[in-house]
Amino acid sequence: MNIARSHVLISIDAGTIMAGARGVQAELVEEIKKKGLSGEVAVLETGNLGVTGMGVVLVVYPEGFYYGNVTKEDIPEFVEEQLLKGRLVKRLLLTQAPKRFIIRREKMGLTKEQPRIVLKNCGFINPESIEEYIAAGGYEAASKALTAMTPEEVIGEVKRSALAGRGGAAFPTAAKWEFARKAPGEEKFIICNADEGEPGTFKDRLILEGDPHKLLEGMLIAGYAVGASKGFIYIRGEYALSIERTEKAIADARSYGLLGNTIFDKPFGFDIEVMKGAGAYVCGEETALIESLEGHRGHPRNKPPYPVVSGLWGKPTVVNNVETLANIAEIVRNGANWFKQYGTPKCAGTKVYTILGHVATPGLIETEMGTTLRDIIYDYGGGIGDGKQFKGALVGGAAGAFLGPDMLDVQMDFVNLKEYAAALGSGAILVMNQDTSMVDMLKSVLHFFKHESCGHCAPCRLGTARLVEIVDRIADSEAKADDVDRLLAIASVMKDTSFCPLGQSLYLPVSSCLKYFREEIAGS
Amino acid sequence: MDREAIVKGFEPQLHNILYILHELQDNNPRHFVAKEDIEACADYLKVPYSYVHGVATFYTMFSLTPRGRHIIRLCDSPPCHLMGSTTVLDYLRQKLGIDVGETTPDGAFTLELASCLGICGVAPAIMINDEMFGKLTPDRVDGILEERRKGV
Amino acid sequence: MIKATINKVEIEVPEGTTILDAARKANFAIPTLCRHPDLTPGGSCGVCVVEVEGFPALRRACMTQLEKGWVVSTNTARVRNARREIVDLILSDHDADCLTCIKNGRCELQDVARVVGIKDVTNQGKNHKKAIDRSRVALVRDPNKCILCGRCITVCSDIQTVNALTLDGRGFDTSVSTVLNQGMGNSACVNCGQCTVFCPVGALYENSQTDEVWKALNDPDKHVVVQEAPAIRAQLGEEFGMEPGTIVSGKLHAALRRMRFDAVFDTNFTADLTIIEEGTEVVDAIKTGRSLPIITSCSPGWIKFMETFYPHLRGHISTAKSPQQMFGVLAKTYYPEVKGIPAEKIVSVSVMPCTAKKFEAQRPEMWSSGFQDVDYVLTTRELARMMREAGLDLKDMPDEPADDPLGEYTGAATIFGATGGVMEAALRSAYFLVTGRELENVNILPVRGMTGVKEAEVPVDGLTLKVAVAHGLGNARKLLDKISSQLAETGKSEYHFVEIMACPGGCVGGGGQPWGSTMAQRARRGEALYEEDASLPKRRSHENASVAVLYEKFLKTPNSEKAHHLLHTHYNARSKVDGKVVKED
Repeated sequence: MNIARSHVLISIDAGTIMAGARGVQAELVEEIKKKGLSGEVAVLETGNLGVTGMGVVLVVYPEGFYYGNVTKEDIPEFVEEQLLKGRLVKRLLLTQAPKRFIIRREKMGLTKEQPRIVLKNCGFINPESIEEYIAAGGYEAASKALTAMTPEEVIGEVKRSALAGRGGAAFPTAAKWEFARKAPGEEKFIICNADEGEPGTFKDRLILEGDPHKLLEGMLIAGYAVGASKGFIYIRGEYALSIERTEKAIADARSYGLLGNTIFDKPFGFDIEVMKGAGAYVCGEETALIESLEGHRGHPRNKPPYPVVSGLWGKPTVVNNVETLANIAEIVRNGANWFKQYGTPKCAGTKVYTILGHVATPGLIETEMGTTLRDIIYDYGGGIGDGKQFKGALVGGAAGAFLGPDMLDVQMDFVNLKEYAAALGSGAILVMNQDTSMVDMLKSVLHFFKHESCGHCAPCRLGTARLVEIVDRIADSEAKADDVDRLLAIASVMKDTSFCPLGQSLYLPVSSCLKYFREEIAGS
Repeated sequence: MDREAIVKGFEPQLHNILYILHELQDNNPRHFVAKEDIEACADYLKVPYSYVHGVATFYTMFSLTPRGRHIIRLCDSPPCHLMGSTTVLDYLRQKLGIDVGETTPDGAFTLELASCLGICGVAPAIMINDEMFGKLTPDRVDGILEERRKGV
Repeated sequence: MIKATINKVEIEVPEGTTILDAARKANFAIPTLCRHPDLTPGGSCGVCVVEVEGFPALRRACMTQLEKGWVVSTNTARVRNARREIVDLILSDHDADCLTCIKNGRCELQDVARVVGIKDVTNQGKNHKKAIDRSRVALVRDPNKCILCGRCITVCSDIQTVNALTLDGRGFDTSVSTVLNQGMGNSACVNCGQCTVFCPVGALYENSQTDEVWKALNDPDKHVVVQEAPAIRAQLGEEFGMEPGTIVSGKLHAALRRMRFDAVFDTNFTADLTIIEEGTEVVDAIKTGRSLPIITSCSPGWIKFMETFYPHLRGHISTAKSPQQMFGVLAKTYYPEVKGIPAEKIVSVSVMPCTAKKFEAQRPEMWSSGFQDVDYVLTTRELARMMREAGLDLKDMPDEPADDPLGEYTGAATIFGATGGVMEAALRSAYFLVTGRELENVNILPVRGMTGVKEAEVPVDGLTLKVAVAHGLGNARKLLDKISSQLAETGKSEYHFVEIMACPGGCVGGGGQPWGSTMAQRARRGEALYEEDASLPKRRSHENASVAVLYEKFLKTPNSEKAHHLLHTHYNARSKVDGKVVKED
């Protein structure tokens, strides 16, 4: 980095590009040049700054001022006032929303309240610069693992950290690695599941766009631990920028010798390839993803055998979520005990959430396991907007659970929510205010499942179709006497007999919706 | 469009099939996988034509029928639904005079439904070709459509 | 061996046994729908679910291997409820016009609905209404009956490697289709009809010609002759409750006569004739140094497969027509001449184990008599339906011989119906044609049986004939790839003579055979043909006296000009996309 008096970080991600960030960036650079500030002010690209829906977002360091909804037309004023004269441009300053971010930044490293493990670099470094990643301590963990630890020691450290899969199923990561390591076979694979399709979830996209090397480093360590020499990142086809940035990161890592035939002069090679999906939610299921990666229709496979024994091309394969792998480098670098200071005794670490819907400030946050829904909505999300009341939340995406007001103070982690017959899932929190029709929400969830059912098994293919017809009848006030019961009956048989988790998981939103809002639904 | 050159940009391995289909479709002015594309892909990968058909029809990003210059993919997953995607959909239908899955007679727009586009922070959202648009209102939709129409 | 408990009964089974098989062993039947014993289970229907202690969801018995100490329940309320709901859901998108369905009474979905106790269909909703695919002359596909079990696609792609069928779309709108949804008639489909044999419901079946045949039989101006393929006699009995492999040649002749066919002949006659023509061709080829191997041509599914996927081998295919088509020509040339009946009055019907024969009969090359040589082709299934309609039970029929002059046959002709049979029959006569002596032991065992690709070496004087036999097009592909690469590399193949049959097991496993034929049944039928062969007084084609008369009176010599004109054909190259003939440059 240049030694500059001032740094302007501009968030370049799918959301801000949409709002015109590229144009603003060009204008900004031009204007700075015009004003003769080129040597003093550096403009840096970065990933998501933790704010969504606020247009083009800029942060000025060292002050830490957040600007939002910035347009090209605002730039001359911004440069003149903020950068030249050091005066705030108040009309563009983000007041309410970024307050929480400024507070969090200030607390960073001082208290354990605001941990940033997964998103540590997001919004701080230029995701397209491997140098910046390395300057921020990147690839130290990989170096430590490959040069000072045996694969067993790496697995042991991850095991002690009690890291559980962040894709939704919460399977212990180290156990997966250990199975694959012990499985017979020379050739093994690491697959990163970046087919993020759970509605309301875009954390993986922001990690890929904001800090792709973090993921590569995690995969490299995983490859070393498992004894795999090849990794694939399966990214959904809609995530154009994620694919672009990840491919660039891979190319850079190769040129730095961090991927390739020998790494850190060790007789260990590892390389990564990006695969692009083409629109199929079911491919988020690990065996369907493997089928798709091999070039087939994305139909799930029967389990057992599990992928750790027979996965990609029949070889032992570990499939880990982006967020899971993004935890690895920090665990290896700082140790399991450091990691376990975050979270709850049963569920260590942090969780990245996307807060959406009827909240004042929707966005992405990382917080400790065990944070209550109330804190997430009212503290981070700025509460329900427009003076409305909280009615319910859909937690964990379409395959997640509806939660009512009595769940606001329940500690959210994988283990605890299970006891309430709910699930943390992908970490999407869709908040609904008092005006929301729950029939309409349930209808939307069921339509989603029907659209995304792969069609392989009868219970899911036909069950989703009939459920949609029933909920449509209810929404149109044409319900038959037993329609509400039929919803539950079909969903529960689907839970019991669907071929894969997609069809099985539909029971959760249906049953939880009926648990909290049965009267409203039956009364429609 | 030289199909042979497109497919040869990839190793002739089955796991590249989605890449190849994406590339063939992106290079087709009508944004679809044509019979010749299926043949080129199948011949190159040495798989049956029916196999390519089966794969192409599984994934929603591919179409076997010609589409408009601009493909509008409207997200109707729960977050967008909650924030009013139905209003946007109704407006698009009325404004374009077509239903979901159809193309305007002038060949400019095709309207499709998509599952979550991953930009839920700005729901309701649509994607037009590779570009995303969020926080949609009828006014904003008007502007976007107008720009597109002028663009090509 | 592992020990486990099923419904409180302790059982011990070998490791790797599925819950389904283990339960059957303990006399607990678990209903299945998508599963077929000859195909890898796909688990699509979910009807076979059972409860296994310790698992949150039910498990599919067909594809779950039992493990040590498992406690399995196959008939709890939860299991029964789940099965009923699944079948109910399947019926909610099934065109259940059972009374008029071709599969009525033989439908696996009907059986399952009865077993799981469906009383009425609770789930009512949108039904897919799609056009019935009649684009193929041999086969009909009714997507509204399809339950997406996937058997047809598995057999078409994995066993036959034709890959005409594929899944189209996703979710509720998934269907079985062909490339670009152009219909089977515009696909690589070779008409083998294995999909119809494996289909559990009435979604795939032969394009029936029973009405046309009834009409001809009732027309006093027509003289209707019938031929029955060698394989028919080994399994028509199954349609009437007889054991697989019961030989019914005599009863079949009697039944056909009672259906008012004017003359009841036997395709076996022209099978013997085929051996003479084809055997002569092979012997000539070896003598004249024509590029070998010569490959058999009697299986029309194989012929279209060759034209589509291996057109470069056309020069290696015997030009001899299949027995059906040789018969067709003679029925409209030789027979009218002998009997003094005008050829235009003759209606020629064949009964075949095969759906591809319907396509073969309609090929433009098959008009050598001046008419369409074979007018109507009935499958075994269609004949059985006609017999039931006519009130005839095969079991009650007496044994009767076929009519002259196209009725006599030898054991060599009978074994045409089993894989390896044509090869064995040809070798019996080729030996004689080359050496002038009879082969001492006519049983050539290495070419018999259900092994996918079989090879044998037969010493004939100074020469050792190397032969190969493949049945099922997937097996054929393996052999043909080997031959193709040998020819490409050295210009020569190690084989002199090759037999290929499109269907697994040969014609006894044909696509026109009774629904639900398993590999075990096919094997049994094949064995029965060898039993008939062994029981016959004449077992070499060149011993057929009627064939000798035919040559003497009509054809003169094997491969004569007249024989060539009437009994031989040529082949095309076809597109792999739509199966249409590709014009030669």
